[in-house]
Amino acid sequence: MNSPKDFSLSRRDFLRASGALIVSVSMTGLVTDALAQIGPNKPPLVPGELDSWVAVLKDGSVSAFFGKIDMGHCLDVAIAQIVAEELDVGFERVTVFQGDTATSCNQGGASGSFGISAGAKPLRNAAAEARRILVAGASRQLNVPAEQLTVSDGVVSGGGKRVSYAELIGGKFFNSKVEWNKEIGNFMDIKVQAKLKSPSEYKVVGKSFRRRDVPGKVFGTSDWITEISLPGMLHARVIRPVIAGSVPLKVDADSIRKIPGAKVVREKNFLAVVAPKEWDAVRAARELKVEWSAGTNPFPAMEKLYDHIRAAKVVKAETETNKGDVEAVFKTAARIVEAEYHWPFQSHASMGPGCAVADVKKDSATLWTGSQKPHYARDGIAKLLDLPPDKVRGIWVMGPGSYGRNDGGDAAIDAALLSKLTGKPVRVQGSRADATAWDPKGPASVHRARAALDGTGKVIAYEYISKGFSRIDTANNEADPRDSLAGHELGMAPNPAMGFGTPEDNYAFASRRLGWEAIAPLLNRSSPLRTAHLRDPVGPDIHFGSEQFIDELAVATGEDAVAFRLKYASKPRAAAAIKAAAEKAGWQTRVSGTAKSSGEIQSGRGISYTERRGTVVATIAEIEVNRRTGRIWAKKFTVAHDCGIIINPQGLTQCIEGNVIHGLSRTILEEVRFDNNSVTSVDWASYPIVEIKDAPETIDVVLINHPEIAPSGAGEPSIRSIPAAIANAFFDATGVRLRTAPLTPARVLAALAGAKA
Amino acid sequence: MATTVKFTVDGKSRSVKVDDPAMPLLYALRDDLQMKAPHFGCGVAQCGACTVLVDGEPVRSCVMPVTAMKGKQITTIHGLGTPEKPHPLQTAFVEEQVPQCGYCINGWVMTAASFLKKKPKASDAEIREALDGLKCRCGTHVSIMRAIKRAQQQMA
Ligand code: FES
Ligand code: FES
Repeated sequence: MNSPKDFSLSRRDFLRASGALIVSVSMTGLVTDALAQIGPNKPPLVPGELDSWVAVLKDGSVSAFFGKIDMGHCLDVAIAQIVAEELDVGFERVTVFQGDTATSCNQGGASGSFGISAGAKPLRNAAAEARRILVAGASRQLNVPAEQLTVSDGVVSGGGKRVSYAELIGGKFFNSKVEWNKEIGNFMDIKVQAKLKSPSEYKVVGKSFRRRDVPGKVFGTSDWITEISLPGMLHARVIRPVIAGSVPLKVDADSIRKIPGAKVVREKNFLAVVAPKEWDAVRAARELKVEWSAGTNPFPAMEKLYDHIRAAKVVKAETETNKGDVEAVFKTAARIVEAEYHWPFQSHASMGPGCAVADVKKDSATLWTGSQKPHYARDGIAKLLDLPPDKVRGIWVMGPGSYGRNDGGDAAIDAALLSKLTGKPVRVQGSRADATAWDPKGPASVHRARAALDGTGKVIAYEYISKGFSRIDTANNEADPRDSLAGHELGMAPNPAMGFGTPEDNYAFASRRLGWEAIAPLLNRSSPLRTAHLRDPVGPDIHFGSEQFIDELAVATGEDAVAFRLKYASKPRAAAAIKAAAEKAGWQTRVSGTAKSSGEIQSGRGISYTERRGTVVATIAEIEVNRRTGRIWAKKFTVAHDCGIIINPQGLTQCIEGNVIHGLSRTILEEVRFDNNSVTSVDWASYPIVEIKDAPETIDVVLINHPEIAPSGAGEPSIRSIPAAIANAFFDATGVRLRTAPLTPARVLAALAGAKA
Repeated sequence: MATTVKFTVDGKSRSVKVDDPAMPLLYALRDDLQMKAPHFGCGVAQCGACTVLVDGEPVRSCVMPVTAMKGKQITTIHGLGTPEKPHPLQTAFVEEQVPQCGYCINGWVMTAASFLKKKPKASDAEIREALDGLKCRCGTHVSIMRAIKRAQQQMA
C-alpha cells in the first residue's frame, strides 16, 4: 500500500504532466472527519478550488459542500445522487453539507427553484473532475492506462488490479484548481477538464432515494433553528408597534422589574426585551409599558385597496413581451374581451415565527439562522456589525418552512444586533403576530387583460398588464441591514427596488404585449405591508388572472378550454403536458359552464397551463361548490409536470403536492387584513390557511421525464398553475367568474347571489 | 413566589420550579427540561405544533399552565416511540416521507396517535374531523392522510 506521501507525489507528477495548474501541493494532514475539512490545511474556501466542493474521507465516504439548502424538498438527496453518479460511488457514501459559510461557497441559498437547475451544476462538475483526477492517479499507481480503468463504488480497477478512492486520496485534499465563472449566488459554476456522463449512463440519478431528514423530524430528534441553545444565552423578543410607523417615545423599564432577569434593550427605535428564560422574555414583551408615537394612517381602507392600486402613480414599468402592433390590431377588432383580476397581500405565515441565534464577539460573530440564504445573512451581519465578512460565520439550521423572504430574515438581523448590544449570545423568536403581521408580504396587485377577436373568433391581439406593489421592495435576502425592520428602526435609509412580472409568453397570439407597472409602498419604512418574495414571487398572482382570461376567451369563442389552449400554446412540451393532464384526469370536452348541475353542490373542472423558467405544468382541478355555505372543496388535482430530467421521482412528486396545497390555500383563503393603521391578520384565526378538511382527496401527479433536457426546477413552478385551475373549475360549476382572490365563502356567496339577481 | 410542580414526562418523574404560575407547559418542557420536540407555532392554541399527551389526551401545551400539570402523565413524541421502537404512526410517517420542514409534524402525530387509540378504524371523514385545527404550512396534508391510513392497516 502506498503511503499518502507517495500518492501525493504521484498525483502531483500526474497533474503536472496533464497541465493542471497547481498552486500548492502541501503534504496535507490527515483529515479525520468531514468537518475537519474546514481545518487549517484546507485550500482557501473559494469556488476555484476543487476542495471547496468535494472531499473523499479516509473511509472512502464522500463529502459534498453545497452552498444552497434543502428545506424538506429532497434537494440534498438529489445533490448526493448527482455527486454519487459522476463520482461513481454508492449513494449512501455521499454526505451533503449545506448552508454553512464555513464549509460552502455562496451558491445563493434557497432561491428561485434553482436548487438543482443551477445549484447542482458546480457539484456535478466537481464530482466529475474528482473522478477524473482519481482515475488518473490510479492509472499511474496501477500502471494501467486510464482508458482501461473502470470505477465501481469508489474502487478503480483494470488490468487485474484495483485501488480505492480511500487509498488514493482518503482524508487529503485535491489541491486542484477549477475555473470559476466569477458568479456569486445562484449561477455560481465551475469549468473542469473532466467530461460529464451522459444521462443514458445514469444509474443513481432518476431513482427515488429516500430523504435523510425525515426520521429525525418524525421522532423529534432533529434540531430546528428553534432548538439551538448556547451557554449563557439570553432569550429575546423584539417589540414592534401595533400601529404601523409609530416609534417608541417612552419606555417604562420599571414595568418589567419583577420579571427575573428581564431587561429592556433599546437602540434608537429598535426596542426589545431579553431574559435568561424564554417565558420571562415573552412575559416581559407583553408587560412592558411603552408609549408610542401617533400613527399616520398610512394604509387605505381594505376594501379600497384595488382602487388605490389602480389610481397609484406608476414608479417603474416594463413591457417584457411586445410582438406586432397591438394598438393597431385592437382598432381592427370585430370584438374585444376584457377583464380585470385582483390578488391580495399574502403572508408567508410560516408554521413558526422566525428564529435566529447570534453570538457576537468583539471581532467575530456566529449566526445560526433559519432564513434561506445564510451566506447573504452573513454578509448582512458583517455590515451591521462592521466586521469583515470572513470574521462572521453564518450557519443555516432547518427552520419552520419558509418560502421566500419571511420573518426569519428579520430575526437574523435582530439576533445579531441584540447579541452586540447585550454582549451575550441571544436567541430571538417572534410571536405569532410577528410572523403573520410583520413578515414581508407578497404584493397585492391588479391585472388588466384584453384580447381582440376577428370576425371568425380568432384571437388576433392580446394584452396583459399587471400593476402592483414591488416584489422587491424588501430584497430577497438580508445581505444589507437596510432590508430589515431593525435596519429601519436604527434609522438606516430603506433600500427598495421596483419590480413585478408578467405571465410567461405562452400563447402564440399574432400580436401581444405583456408588461407590468410597479407602485410605491404605502409606508416606506418599518412597514408590516412591505413587500418581498413569497413562493413563486408574483407567479400565482399573475396567472390567477392570465389563465382565467384564457378560459374566458375559450368561452367567448365557444371552445373547450383544453382545445383552446392546444390551439394557441406554441411549444410542443406545453401541448404534451396539457394532453397528459387531460388524459389522466379524463377531461370531458365541452365549453366550460355549459353542464351546470342544479342542487346545493355543484361540480366543475378547470385547467390551467403555466411555465416557469423552462418548467411546464398543466393542472386540472375538480371542485365542488356548496351553494349554501359558499365553500369550495377542491376534491382532486391532476398535475402534469415537465421539468426536464427527473433526479428523484418521489421527492419531486411530494414537492409538487406541497405546491398544490400551498396554492390551494392561497387561492381560497389567504388575504392579509389591515385597517388604516395596522395589519390585523395576527394569527391563524385572522389569517386562515387550509385545514385537513380542505385538503383534496387525490393529487395525481403525472411526471414527464426528459432525460435529454437539463433540469429546470420544481420548488415553485406548479404553484402558479393552481389558482386559475380552481377559479376556472368554479366557473364551470356555477357559470360565475370570481376575479378577486381569495375565493372565500363570503365572496362565493356574494358572487352567486349577484349572478342570480 | 416560586413553586415546584412535579409530573411525569415520558415515564420519568420530573420537577420544575415555577416562578410565574401562568407559565405554559411548553416552556417548562422546552426551556427547563430541554425537551425540544413540541414546538412553538402560535402560542394561542391554533396550530397544534406544541401538542403533548396529558394522561393520554392531546393538549396544546402552549396554553396549558404548567401548574395544572401536578401529578399528570405527560407523553411527548419521544415517549410515543423511538427509532428502535417506533409507534406505527411514526413508522408510517417515515414510510410515506411525510414531513417537509417537519415543524408541524409533532402535532399531527400526537393528535392522530391519541385519536387512533380510541378509534382505530376511523373513516377518512372521521380522521379529517379529528385533525381539524392542526396546521401544516408546507401542505403535506395528502401524505399525512396516506400515512395515517398506512398506520391504521399496521395497527389492525
Ligand atoms: S403553538 Fe400551541 S397550538 Fe400553536
Ligand atoms: S411540514 Fe412544514 S409545516 Fe408541516
